[in-house]
Amino acid sequence: MIFVTVGTQLPFPRLLSAMNDCATELDEPVVAQTCSDDGRWSALDCHGLLQPDAFARYFSQARIVVAHAGIGSVLSARRWNKPLVLMPRRHDLGEHRNDHQLATARRLEGSPGIHIAREASDLSVLLKRDDLVGAMEVIDPQREALLTRLRDFIDD
Amino acid sequence: MPKRIIAIASGGGHWQQLMLMRPAFSHHDVHYLTTLPGLPDEFGITAFSIIPDCNRNSKLEVLRTTAALAKHVWRLRPHIVISTGALPGVLALVLGRLAGARTIWVDSVANAEEMSLSGKLARRYAHLWLTQWEDVAEATGAEFAGRVL
Repeated sequence: MIFVTVGTQLPFPRLLSAMNDCATELDEPVVAQTCSDDGRWSALDCHGLLQPDAFARYFSQARIVVAHAGIGSVLSARRWNKPLVLMPRRHDLGEHRNDHQLATARRLEGSPGIHIAREASDLSVLLKRDDLVGAMEVIDPQREALLTRLRDFIDD
Repeated sequence: MPKRIIAIASGGGHWQQLMLMRPAFSHHDVHYLTTLPGLPDEFGITAFSIIPDCNRNSKLEVLRTTAALAKHVWRLRPHIVISTGALPGVLALVLGRLAGARTIWVDSVANAEEMSLSGKLARRYAHLWLTQWEDVAEATGAEFAGRVL
């Protein structure tokens, strides 16, 4: 099963239409949190907004997760060790209020288990691969540094 | 002595970042606030309340969220309020500060190139005003101490 999520704030028809096209070629179910009540994606098992427990269930059972380039998607993929394909939202297409998702995608490109699909055509290539590894929690000195700063301030 | 802490984040990425910061304050008496029912349960949290979400385009929503937050701040008398966003977190910092708490804003790691709108609003009310990116720190005067990504 492939799980698609576009977050909980804004619809993202470009990603969903691209996934709808892919789904007709793939021999596996595609479940999507669409953040919309639009029913035009007939090849997808669409849910407007999933409850957190259902979201966790689909996410943790998926072979690959496809998402907008939101931090929640990235951290969930690391939590459940899932291969993650990110399509960043673009400001020029009216998909977000600025291009911060492009920045996020640039920063994450090359991180283990995280793949960037800038165009719809990148998606089908990635989804047909069976060698994608899961994203994983990184032991990062940057995180330790932030935690230390917060702990010092709070305990002071 | 454990401190009373309100840790608040909207559902989604803001919440997940707050969860990664738990080791910094989990030895205290923490009450979590978020906007999405079911989310604290997913992370094994028992001391929490759900508050209504709001955005800047609806004054009514902002008022409703503020009223809910005021109740919690009044009841919990926090020493510390910490938020990763979004707008409900700013409101909690304002109320917490009025009630004598020390306040912490950690701008979302999603904002690699500029401070979020909520983060800009939070500046006046945060004793500790953090961005998770060096470039944003340089451009805004916020402090950079590391990041969760």
